[in-house]
Amino acid sequence: MPVSLVDGESLIAVDVGRASTRAVLFDVVEGEYRFIAAGQAESTLEAPERDASLGVKNAIANLSVVVGRTFLDGLRNPILPVREDGSGFDAMVVTISAGPPVSSVIVGLLSDVSLESARRLVETSYNRIYDIFGLDDHRRADQWIDDLLKIQPELVVIAGGTDGGATRSIQKMLEPVGLASYLMPPEKRPAVLFAGNNMMEAEVKSLLSSQVGSLQLSPNIRPSLETEDIEPAARILARLSVDIRKKQNKGIELLETWSNGHILPTGYALGRMMRFLSAVYAGSRGILCVDLGASAAIISAGFKEKAVLGVYPQFGLGENISGILNFASAEEILRWSPVEVSPGSLKDFLLQKSLYPGTVSATREDQAMIHALSRQALNLSVKSAQRSFPPHVPVLKPGLLPFFDPILACGSALSDVTRPGVNLLLILDALQPVGVASVILDQNDLLPLLGAAAERNPLAPVQVLESGAFLSAGTVIAPVVFANFGSTILRARLIYADGTEARAEIKFGSIQTLPLPSGQTGRLMLQPLRGADVGFGQGRSGTLQISGGALGVVFDGRGRPIHLPSDPGRRRDLIKKWQLALGGA
Amino acid sequence: MKAPIHHILPLTTIVRERAMPIAGTVHARLNQNVNANDIIAEASWAREHILLDVARTLHISTSEADARITCRNDDRLPANSVIAVGRGLFPPRIRTPREGRVVVVGGGQVLLEVGMNKLELRAGFPGTVIDILPGRGAVIRATGALVQGVWGNNRSDSGQLINLADKPNSILSAARLDASMRGSIVMTGLVKDSETLQAAAAVPLRGLILSCISQELIQTAREMRYPIVVTDGFGMLPMNALAYKLLSTNAKREVSLNAQPYDRYTGARPEIIIPLPFTGNLEQPPQSVEFSPGQQVRMRRAPSMGSIGTLVEVRPGLTVMPGGLRVPAGVVKIEGGESVIVPLVNLEVVG
Repeated sequence: MPVSLVDGESLIAVDVGRASTRAVLFDVVEGEYRFIAAGQAESTLEAPERDASLGVKNAIANLSVVVGRTFLDGLRNPILPVREDGSGFDAMVVTISAGPPVSSVIVGLLSDVSLESARRLVETSYNRIYDIFGLDDHRRADQWIDDLLKIQPELVVIAGGTDGGATRSIQKMLEPVGLASYLMPPEKRPAVLFAGNNMMEAEVKSLLSSQVGSLQLSPNIRPSLETEDIEPAARILARLSVDIRKKQNKGIELLETWSNGHILPTGYALGRMMRFLSAVYAGSRGILCVDLGASAAIISAGFKEKAVLGVYPQFGLGENISGILNFASAEEILRWSPVEVSPGSLKDFLLQKSLYPGTVSATREDQAMIHALSRQALNLSVKSAQRSFPPHVPVLKPGLLPFFDPILACGSALSDVTRPGVNLLLILDALQPVGVASVILDQNDLLPLLGAAAERNPLAPVQVLESGAFLSAGTVIAPVVFANFGSTILRARLIYADGTEARAEIKFGSIQTLPLPSGQTGRLMLQPLRGADVGFGQGRSGTLQISGGALGVVFDGRGRPIHLPSDPGRRRDLIKKWQLALGGA
Repeated sequence: MKAPIHHILPLTTIVRERAMPIAGTVHARLNQNVNANDIIAEASWAREHILLDVARTLHISTSEADARITCRNDDRLPANSVIAVGRGLFPPRIRTPREGRVVVVGGGQVLLEVGMNKLELRAGFPGTVIDILPGRGAVIRATGALVQGVWGNNRSDSGQLINLADKPNSILSAARLDASMRGSIVMTGLVKDSETLQAAAAVPLRGLILSCISQELIQTAREMRYPIVVTDGFGMLPMNALAYKLLSTNAKREVSLNAQPYDRYTGARPEIIIPLPFTGNLEQPPQSVEFSPGQQVRMRRAPSMGSIGTLVEVRPGLTVMPGGLRVPAGVVKIEGGESVIVPLVNLEVVG
């Protein structure tokens, strides 16, 4: 018997990405929701089509072919709900990451209070912050106006004032926003989200509502100095982001109609899924999800009491990729390349790739560059997100990640399950997780779609998650230690369910594996040496029950942080060795 | 699979919308024949604004300040004009610091726009106005050769084409530029230093067509006041054979460069237009087609980036590339005979 709240409802979840659009069918099988199949087509946001709905229709048509069911009518419109002849489906949800980042500015009071919270809020969707206006800003009001006119932001987020607190200072900040907006052509006026002092609602409305493109008010993201509550505002911002996309692309409105309003930015939907997962699963360790694709790099971390979401379009591997040089030098990026590439070649490559973001690597040198870039982009993203992690979450050493288990990976750059070793090494290099963590690849990029589906049907994500739709890459053991290269830092003994056992002696600077196939479990005894810490305490031994995966148990003996040799030849040889250890090259 | 199209066409109908980013006055008329440098629309915009806070300066309420402000919306005021007078025996006066136009008055404040700039929109290429975009610009149609590029520095101009590319990968140096080229558009392979770009500005040239540009020169190229159109990409790439042949055989003709940046959302690309007379009816070229054998294609990424070839086979299913990716792919015979397997997403059809 189906146990869905919406009895037996078949659901198509659509993700409109920069390069491709995917339609995924979830349906009830033997009383539980399952991921059935996916259809894919090129996205059609860009010229010449400039209509996102065309790509969605194509993806649904391809899904029809895969599952042998009819989902579109003669006019290629979705058949909603299911007809008596079995054609069609019951519900649709949409996530969207395609499109240029929304140009945004932040207005607030104090840089380390409301402006910091506003930055975190803006980073929950595909926004790029072009300017920040605060109390300590020395620009005059008319200079604010000129700067706003130059930027022509699509979104202005205003924060500041605790509930019932300051009003005069905020009022002063509203004036230039209203005036600048008034001076813009009506079709270019920004959407404004006010997420500050809740006592100012009437004043904000009277000062801004007739002058800006649209005005939304949310609960205060900083109701008191000590409290930050971003989620209600993030939800409104997600809605606003979709409205902004609607203005940019004619097909989005149609998608909104088909999905009955269940349309969300992909990053926000992923964050919602992680909030759900962390509420259910997070214990003493957090849960981490990384998504690296063309539109953005997304970091979503769930702790027992808080979830953090960072959507970073500046670190996406698509049209914004050349901007990575604003955050890292070509030499820094290329230290991860196993083949020799000159910094000049990388810079030219970045420009070419940003011109044609949908193109893929067809040579080893190209692939080496894109893998090096992926590592740098992910590393920069996680460092950015780390600023928002709860301060009391323990870390073994400053700058390292806290303990996360599991680590989930999705996005076009990470979810290719045909090469789990390549993806796992990328994750290990970029994130440098510590202790014990199972790494799970979301090979069908289901997590954001389940986040969007949760609103429509809360049972679907729970049941799909438990249905084995994800691939375990393996359990990673990453001791925090520094020792001489080649010296033994860890002894491990793995006892399989059938009583047999395997042993490994982990040398500093190496990556080694012990087989433990997916679906199997084993007991792993760890004996750290030379003061290594795998999470039991410095030099302390311990035993764990672990699950298998495509690569079994992976011992990352490179220490934390990873120190790459400065000699380029030796460095490249070492990277190749690590690749071979995980079955990739 | 749908293929994007990169236009390199010896004769076609070209229809382009020419519009200003802000509203203004359109001078072009329907069916008017225009030259490349004709101004078809113009608008003015303010570089700066000045906010005069009368209430605060005079220490009075906003409603009283509003009553004491003597200027009105849209007033054009010279510098030092009195816009409000305070109270008292010797009342303080608030004056405009600069010449400007009153944009808005209210809340005890006056907002002035100052430093007016004029924006002139030129036709960009000779043709006929076939539609007017009220307040914004016009749609112009012409016939001629069309070569699309991949990068432009957001300028436009027209002039006589001079070919300084003996071969598709010729390198242009400052020494090859002289006063006889004044007002011309020069085509070459690549430029290796910013001195050459500066020398072209000093001649002055009216435009430069390059096969490629390196990352180091991008900033200088953006600062040049003449248009630069890059036909093939970034790094050290020769000009693709089709563009090279088409441009070099049209040397000494008038050409128009519209070095607008590539915008994948609107479809805008930098373009080289060579107007050619034609009396018949020519269709506009399509914007996308399905990949099929026999098509001329251009490689957008390594291997053989920038090269033109013929798509000889669209392979069924997915093909494993050297790096391990599994993608829809095709076999392309590059000019010169070599055959390579290329992901279809790395190709664009030339036509």
